[in-house]
Amino acid sequence: MNHLEQQWAAAESIKQATRRHFLNGCGLGLGAAAMAALMDRSAPAAEPIAAASSDKPPMFAPRAKRVIYLHMAGSPSQLELFEHKPELNKRSGEECPQSFLEGKRFAFIKGVPKILGGQFSFEQCGKSGQWISELLPHFKGVVDETCVIRTVSTDQFNHAPAQLFVHTGAPRIGSPSLGSWVTYGLGSFNENLPGFVVLLSGGKTPDAGKSLWGSGFLPSVYQGVQCRTTGDPVLFLSDPPGMGRSLRREVLDTIGKMNDREYQQSGDDETMTRIAQYELAYRMQMAVPEAMDLSREPQHILDLYGAKPGYVSPAESADDPRVLYKKDDPTFANNCLLARRLIESGVRFVQLYDWGWDHHGSSPGESVDETLPIKCGQTDRAIAGLITDLRQRGLLDETLIIWGGEFGRTPMMQNNVRSEMKKGFIGRDHHPFAYTMWLAGGGIKGGLAYGQTDEFGYYPIEKPVTIRDLQATILHVLGLDPYKFHYKYQGLDNRLIGPTEEGKVLRDILA
Amino acid sequence: MNLKSILSPGLMAAMWIVASTVVQLGAQAVRAEDGPKFSRDVLPILSKHCFACHGPDASKREAELRLDVEEEAKRAREGSASIVPGDLAKSKAVDRIVSKDPDYMMPPPDFDRPLTAEQVETLKKWIAAGAPWGKHWSFEPLPTPQAAAALKIDDPQQIDHFVDASLKRAGLERSPKASAHTRLRRVWLDLVGLPPTPEQADAFAADDSPENYVRAVDELLAMPQFGEHWARVWLDLARYADTKGYEKDLGRSIWPYRDWVIKALNDDMPLDRFTEKQLAGDLLPEPTQDDLIATAFHRNTMSNDEGGTDDEEFRITAVKDRVDTTMQVWMGLTMGCAKCHSHKYDPITMEDYYRFYAVFNQTEDADRPNDAPTLTVLTEDRKSDREKLEEVREAAESALANAEQQSLSASDAASSWIFPKVTQSCADGGAKLELGPDGSLTATGPHPDRDVYQIELDVPAGRYAAVRIEAIPTRLPGARGVNAKRGVGRSAKDRNFVLSELNAFKLVEGQAPPAIAFGEAKSDFAQEGWPVAAAVDGKTETGWAVSPQADQRHAAVFAFAETLDVQQPTTLRFTMSQQYGGGLTMLKFRISFTAKSIDESELFSEAPAVAEARKQVQAAEEKLNAFDAATPAVPIMRELAGDKQRETRMHVRGNFLEPGDAVKPALLTAFHAQREGMPANRLGAARWLTDIDNPLTARVFANRVWARLFGIGIVETEEDFGALGSAPSDPELLDWLAVNYRDQGWSLKKLLRTIVLSETYQQSSRTSPTTKEKDPRNVLVGRGSRYRLPAEVVRDQALKVSGLLSMKQFGPPVMPPQPSGLWRSTYNGQKWIDAENEDRRRRSLYTYWKRTTPYPSLTTFDAGSREVCQIRRISTNTPLQALVTLNDPVFLEAAGGLARKMSMSPGTSIEHLQFGMRSVLVRPVSAAEVEPLEALRVAALADFAKRPEEAIAFCKSGRLEIREGESAVELAAWMTVSNAMLNLDEFLTRN
Repeated sequence: MNHLEQQWAAAESIKQATRRHFLNGCGLGLGAAAMAALMDRSAPAAEPIAAASSDKPPMFAPRAKRVIYLHMAGSPSQLELFEHKPELNKRSGEECPQSFLEGKRFAFIKGVPKILGGQFSFEQCGKSGQWISELLPHFKGVVDETCVIRTVSTDQFNHAPAQLFVHTGAPRIGSPSLGSWVTYGLGSFNENLPGFVVLLSGGKTPDAGKSLWGSGFLPSVYQGVQCRTTGDPVLFLSDPPGMGRSLRREVLDTIGKMNDREYQQSGDDETMTRIAQYELAYRMQMAVPEAMDLSREPQHILDLYGAKPGYVSPAESADDPRVLYKKDDPTFANNCLLARRLIESGVRFVQLYDWGWDHHGSSPGESVDETLPIKCGQTDRAIAGLITDLRQRGLLDETLIIWGGEFGRTPMMQNNVRSEMKKGFIGRDHHPFAYTMWLAGGGIKGGLAYGQTDEFGYYPIEKPVTIRDLQATILHVLGLDPYKFHYKYQGLDNRLIGPTEEGKVLRDILA
Repeated sequence: MNLKSILSPGLMAAMWIVASTVVQLGAQAVRAEDGPKFSRDVLPILSKHCFACHGPDASKREAELRLDVEEEAKRAREGSASIVPGDLAKSKAVDRIVSKDPDYMMPPPDFDRPLTAEQVETLKKWIAAGAPWGKHWSFEPLPTPQAAAALKIDDPQQIDHFVDASLKRAGLERSPKASAHTRLRRVWLDLVGLPPTPEQADAFAADDSPENYVRAVDELLAMPQFGEHWARVWLDLARYADTKGYEKDLGRSIWPYRDWVIKALNDDMPLDRFTEKQLAGDLLPEPTQDDLIATAFHRNTMSNDEGGTDDEEFRITAVKDRVDTTMQVWMGLTMGCAKCHSHKYDPITMEDYYRFYAVFNQTEDADRPNDAPTLTVLTEDRKSDREKLEEVREAAESALANAEQQSLSASDAASSWIFPKVTQSCADGGAKLELGPDGSLTATGPHPDRDVYQIELDVPAGRYAAVRIEAIPTRLPGARGVNAKRGVGRSAKDRNFVLSELNAFKLVEGQAPPAIAFGEAKSDFAQEGWPVAAAVDGKTETGWAVSPQADQRHAAVFAFAETLDVQQPTTLRFTMSQQYGGGLTMLKFRISFTAKSIDESELFSEAPAVAEARKQVQAAEEKLNAFDAATPAVPIMRELAGDKQRETRMHVRGNFLEPGDAVKPALLTAFHAQREGMPANRLGAARWLTDIDNPLTARVFANRVWARLFGIGIVETEEDFGALGSAPSDPELLDWLAVNYRDQGWSLKKLLRTIVLSETYQQSSRTSPTTKEKDPRNVLVGRGSRYRLPAEVVRDQALKVSGLLSMKQFGPPVMPPQPSGLWRSTYNGQKWIDAENEDRRRRSLYTYWKRTTPYPSLTTFDAGSREVCQIRRISTNTPLQALVTLNDPVFLEAAGGLARKMSMSPGTSIEHLQFGMRSVLVRPVSAAEVEPLEALRVAALADFAKRPEEAIAFCKSGRLEIREGESAVELAAWMTVSNAMLNLDEFLTRN
C-alpha cells in the first residue's frame, strides 16, 4: 500500500466506526434517505454533516486527542512567575546594559531604562525542584505534571500581531487559528457540539479580536464558536419566548418533510445536508446548555477550581475592567471548569482567553506589583484545579494543555510615564526574545524545565524555542505531521508552521 | 459545501484527483486529437513539479537551471541540454524524469511531488513534437478587437455553442429550460438580489416569450437595487468596512465611498473609468468630489490605533495591502510571496514587487489616528442646515453668558466674598493671564502641557478665614465648530483642568515669602478620584478636577489653617500648579476671600435662569454634534508633492526594518508594456490595468461575473490566475466572455445581459443520476446552478417577502438588532444600539460593518470580516445557519410580518397557506403541497391554546401586534408556520 492508500484505509475504518455510532445513538428524527446521504462520504457531492463534527483520522498515532489552550492576553511577566534570577534582583535599579538596547524596538520604553528585579519570591518545588513564584501557590502542587519552557521567543512585539502569530502562524489577519487547524485535521467527537469552542474572561476581547479563532482560508465551519457565559451560550441558540420544545420539534419535522420533497425534485445533496444541519441545530439546543451548566457540578469540584455557577462579574461589562479586578473573581475559574466539561463531552479544542495581563505600570490596574497578583489569584487555583481534575478523571493523558501569553516582559522597568518606583505603578514593557510558556498533559513529559535564559532572563542561552517549534510540537503531539499537514489556498500549500522548515518538533519534551 | 475543503488531508488528496479529472474532461478529449499543448498540458506540470527549484526565484535555484525560460531550458550546458526539441534521447530532462535512481531522478524523492506515468508521457510527447514554447494560458493575449469582430460578441447563443461543445465531449447535454417562475426568480435574485412578487412572476409566466424575458432583464438592469446588489460583491474586494480594524477598531466614516460604488454600478460606469477613479481619482485633472471619494477604495485598508505601535510599520502594511489587493482584484495574481522572495511560480521578482509598491508608496496617509487626509462631504443643503444650527447655538450661548453675568453680579453683591485687586499675574509655561472687569483672569497665548499660574493680589485689611477659586466656563478664544464648546479648561480635546497644588505666600520685602498653610477644603463638585483636598495635600500627582462637568461653573473653598489677620493692605501671592499634563490647565478663574468660616461660606449661587439657559445651550450643542457626527470625513488618497516623495527601498525578507536596495516606481516587467508617455504612478497603473493589451483584467472580471451567476468560476480559483491556480474548465468560453466585456465598452450591464439571455443560464437545475455522476459540481454547466443564497440576500429576501424591507437607499450605516454584549473591543467606548425605525429593516449592505465583530448573521452565512480583500466566499452549510434563520430576531420579525400578511389574506386556511407559500417561493403552490404546513398550524393552535400567554409572548418576539378582536393563539400559529416557511431549503436557495 502506498501512503495515500494507507490513509484511505484508515479513513474508511474510522468512517465505519463513526457511522455505527451515529446510527445507534444520534438518529433523532432523520429519515433513512437522509441518514444514508449523511453517512456516505464516498459519493463526492454528498457532503456529510458539518465537517467540523465528524471524527477524522490523524496522520499517525496521536499522543493527545484534545486541547485546552489557556491564553493570557496581554502577556504575563515571566520574571515574576517562572524565572528566578538572583543576578537580576541584585542589580535592580542599575541602568540597563547598552547591549540590550542597541537596535531594539520597544513599545513604550524610552532612553536608558533601569533594571527591575523580580518583585516576588521563588522557591523550588515538586520532585522536579522547579523554581516557582509565590504568586502561584496552587501551581506548585501540580508542577510535576507540567513542562515549563523558559526560552520561547517570538518575532512580534505588539499585541495583535503577536497574538495572531502564536495562534495562526502568521502575524497578519487571514490565517486559520490553531483550533481551526486541529478541528479541520481531526474533527470532533461529539456530533451535537461544535468542535472548537472559545471562552472569554477578563472583560475584553483579546487585542487581535475574533480573527484569533477565525478559520482564515479554511472553510468557515472550522472557526471557533464563542460560547458566552451570559445570554445565549451560542448566538441564537434559544428558541424565542413562547416557542415550546415540542412545537419546535414539529416545526423541524415539517421543514424536514418539505425539504425532503424538495430533494426528490432537485436531487441536490446540499438539501440533504441542510436537513441534517437543522437536526444538529436542534440537538445543540439541548447539548450546549447542558455542557455549559456548571450547576450540575458537585460542590467539591466547584471548590477545586474556585468556580461559582451563574456568577456575572461586573468587570465583564465595564468600560475599563482592570480597575474592577478582584482576586476572587471566579469568571476564569468557571471557564476552566467549562473547558473540562466541554472536553469531556467531546469537544476537540477549547480555547480560553483571559484579558488583562498587559502590565506596563503606566496607568491604574496594570502593574506588575499589584495587578499581576490579582490576575494570578483569579487563575492559579483554577488552572491547578483543571490539571488535578483531568488527572483524577483519567483525561489528562489524552488532553494537551497549553498556557502562555503572546510574548514576555522586559527585565527592565518601563519608564515612559515615571522613572521612579511607585507602588501600583511598577511595570515592564513587551519582550519578544525570551519568555515562558508551559505544556502539560497528553504526550508531554511532566516535571521538566526546558531551556535556560541568561542571568537577566533577556535571551535564551540554552535550547531556544520558537513559536514555529511550539506549533510543530503541538501538531505532532496530536498526530498531525506539521510538515505535511496543509491546506491548499491561492495556489500554495499553506501550513500552520509557515512556508519554511524552520519549525522543529521538540522531541525532548515528549513523554 | 465545497467538497475538497472539508475532508481530512488524506481524503482530500484523493478527492482532489476525482475533482480534477472532472475538470479536465474536456481537455482530455482534445488531447487525444492534437497532442499536448504547452500552456494547457505542459506548463502546469513544469510549474507544480519543477519551478520550485528551477523557476523564477534565483535564491532557491538549483544547478543554475531554469525551466521557466525557453532559452535557458534549451541551452546546451556541458555539451547537453535539458530539453532538445524533437530529440528524446539527447534531452537530459527525459533521462532524469524516467530514472528510478533516487539520487538522479527528478523531481527528487524528498520533494514529495513525483510525476505520474501519464505526466511523463505528456512531457515526452511534447519534446518529441519539438517542444513548442508558449506562455501560461492566462498570460496569452486575447484576440484583438479586429480579430474579435468574428466572434459575434453580442450574441448570447455563442455561450450555448461553447457549452454544448464541451458537454458533448463529456457525453452530456444541456438541460431543458426552467419554468417561467423559476427563471424570473433566478434572474431577479442574480441581478438585484431580491425576489419578484408572485404577481410579477405570474404576469411574466403569462407571456413567456423571449422578448418578454429580454424586457424583464432590461428592467432589472435599470432598477436602483441593481447597484446595491452588485456593490455587495465589489465591497468584499474593496474590503469596505465601517471601522478601522486592529485592536481598537474605532469607527470611520467612509460610507460615502459605498454609496459612490452603488451609483457607479447603477450608471454602468465602464471598468476603465471605474478603475481609474478608484486607484487614482486624485491624479485626474481637476478631480470632482466624487473622484476623490472614489479613491477611498484604497483607504479601506486597516489602521492601527494601538498604543506604542509604530505608525510607519502600519503605513507600510497598508501600502502592501494596496499592492496585493490591486493585483488580486484586477490581475488575479497573488503577490504576497514576492514581498519576501521572488515568486516561485509566476514571473514576479522581488524587485518587480517593490517597484510596483513604490507606485503606491507616495500617498500622504500614514496610519494617523484621524485617518488624514480626509474629505468632508457636506452637500449644499446640509451646509445651510448646519449654519442654521450654528446660529441657534450662538444665540443660546450669548443668552447663557448674559444670564451668568447677571447671576454673577447679583451673587457677588449678595455674598460675603470680596475680590482683592490683581496686581500682577504670570504663568511659568508662558500663558498670558488677562484680567477682566469682574476680576477674573483668562489664560491666552501659549498653551503648554503643564503650567503654574502665579497671581499677586492686594488684600485690604481684615480677617480672612478662607479663599475661593472659581472656575468659569467660557469658549476658547478663536475656537470654531465643535471646539467652540464652553468649558473650564484650555484643552480643546478635554475641557477639564487639574489643579494639582495651590500655594499661598505673604510677600514681605527683603525676606523669603513665608508660605500660608491651608486647612480644610470644599467644592461644589469634584471628579471621582480627584477631590478638592488633593489640591492642598502637598503632592503634585494628585489634584482637583471636574470631569465630566467641565462645561459648568465650579468653585472650591480652601480654609486657611489659621485665620489670616491682615493689619494693613498686604500683597499675597498665589501659585496654581497644574501638573497633570496634556494641557489640562484652567481657562478662566477668579480668586476671592471671605471672613466666614469654611462651613458657613457659600460656594456660589446661581439664578435658576442660568440652569435654564444652560439647558438651551446643551440642547443646541447636542443637535450640532449629532449633525457633525453624521457628516462624514472620508479618508481619501492624496499624492505627496514632488519634493516630499518617498524613496522606496526593498525590504529584506519582507522586513521593513531591513532596508535593501532603492528602487524606482515601475509596473510589472513580465507583462504588457505601458503606453508611451504614461507616468509610473497610480494613474499610469490604472490605465495599464485596463489596457487593451492586458489579457488578465478582462479574463479575471468576466470569470468573476460568471462565478457570481453560476456559483463556480470557469477558473475555479478566482483569486489565482497564475501557474498554481486551477485551469479554466472552458478556455474558449472564458476568452469569449472576456472579449465581450472588453469590446462592449467594459460594460458590466452588457456582460450580465449577454450571459443571462443565454439558454445556458436559463436551464433547469434538476439533476439526474447521470449528470450527478459525470459532472457532480456542474463545472460544465449542463444544468442550471442551484446554490444557497449569499448572506445579504438571505436576510433581504426574508424582509422583502414578509413586507418589511425598507427600500431606502444610501447614507450612514445602520444598526439592526443584534444580540447584546457582542462588541467588546479593547479601549473602545462604541456601542451598538438596535435601530427602532426603518433602519431596522434596511438592505443588509447598509449594516454597520465592524471588522472585529461583524454582524453575526452575515458572517454565519459566510460573509468575511472585510479586514482584507476577499475574492470569493466559500459557501458552507452549518447548524449555526439554521439557528439564525430560526431564532434571529430579524427572521422572527419577518415571520411576524408574513403571519400578518397571511392572516389578512382571503379564503380558507389552506388558501392562506398557499398565499404565504407563494409570497415566499414566488411560484404557484398546490393545496396538497401545503398539507404539512396545515398540520403544523393545527398542532401549533392546539399547543398555544393550552398556554395562551405563551402565544402572546411568541407574537411579541416577532413584533406581531395582536389587534382588537384578534386571537393571539391563532396569530401565534400563523407565525409558527411562517417561521417554518422562511426556513425551507427552496427559499434559502437560488434555483
